[in-house]
Amino acid sequence: MDTRFTRGKSTILERPLTRPKTEVSVSAFALLFSEMVQYCQSRVYSVSELQTRLADMGQSVGASMLDVLVLREKNGKRETKLLNMLLFIKVNVWKSLFGKEADKLEQANDDDKTYYIIEKDPLINAYISVPKENSSLNCAAFTGGIVEAILTHSGFPAKVTAHWHKGTTLMIKFNESVIARDKALDGR
Amino acid sequence: MSRQSNRTTDSKKMNSELFTLTYGALVTQLCKDYENDEEVNKQLDKMGYNIGVRLIEDFLARSSIGRCQDFRETADVIAKVAFKMYLGITPSVTNWSPAGDEFSLILESNPLVDFVELPDNHSTLIYSNLLCGVLRGALEMVQMAVDVKFAQDTLRGDSVTEIRMKFIKRIEENLPAGDE
Repeated sequence: MDTRFTRGKSTILERPLTRPKTEVSVSAFALLFSEMVQYCQSRVYSVSELQTRLADMGQSVGASMLDVLVLREKNGKRETKLLNMLLFIKVNVWKSLFGKEADKLEQANDDDKTYYIIEKDPLINAYISVPKENSSLNCAAFTGGIVEAILTHSGFPAKVTAHWHKGTTLMIKFNESVIARDKALDGR
Repeated sequence: MSRQSNRTTDSKKMNSELFTLTYGALVTQLCKDYENDEEVNKQLDKMGYNIGVRLIEDFLARSSIGRCQDFRETADVIAKVAFKMYLGITPSVTNWSPAGDEFSLILESNPLVDFVELPDNHSTLIYSNLLCGVLRGALEMVQMAVDVKFAQDTLRGDSVTEIRMKFIKRIEENLPAGDE
């Protein structure tokens, strides 16, 4: 990321963090997102590259969102436990981004590093029809990027990928170290 | 277009922050991909144009507004209906040229620029240039050629954000030969 800086008398710092909710229409967002996907598509050769690009853009959204949400909703306190962190995403992050909680949060049966956030009908994909020849493309890779950035910047490094499964499933694979730390914390 | 049946005139709303930050991510990406601000401005305008071309249909369907009598009415519809519907703001229409072919939209707040500051090395970036493209594209689809540009921008230190629109001409519809 580019260096952050703020001009001396910037008004942006004077504004309160909690603001009356402002709204835009979903169509405006859908059209903007569609242009983004088309733009990304014009500069890549494969579906996976396209998803990576969308995820990268999502990362910058997630990174900006995290600070403001922690301050607004958690009084500046960060989560330290894995499960609470995931719930923070499922509830707080989802509510502020999409106006509702995520449908489901699940853990993989056979792997304690892997979690799933399942959304039957994600807003991001509402107006996107995937072409047959690229059926694996899931533009929720963008949301995946948001989640990945929020987890990583909160000290829970993870890889997040988007898949077509029960609607859209975001698969979160945490680093070994995160799980080990959480287990150690559990002992106390 | 099977979705049309369940469309309502009252369009769905969402939190503007996701929209703002998504736009921010796009502009950031463009700044990385292109060498200079002029190219980014051009690309934003082009994307806006593509959006406008599609948006007008959505707009006409939802607003059930008919043909405007003159450019003044067009200006009012843009400010009071379109901006309100899509961005939740109502810019004021002012600074009409004597000939009535040019006016300004003054935006008191601009949802695209929440959280945004321009770095010094992007001083010629027209951050919200997408909007110009949207207006141009949408009006072109209703047979109006217009010139749209930012005259002032709070991001560059001006006190207000001003979009200047100039009517150029009516686009005559050219029916394909033999398609009467």
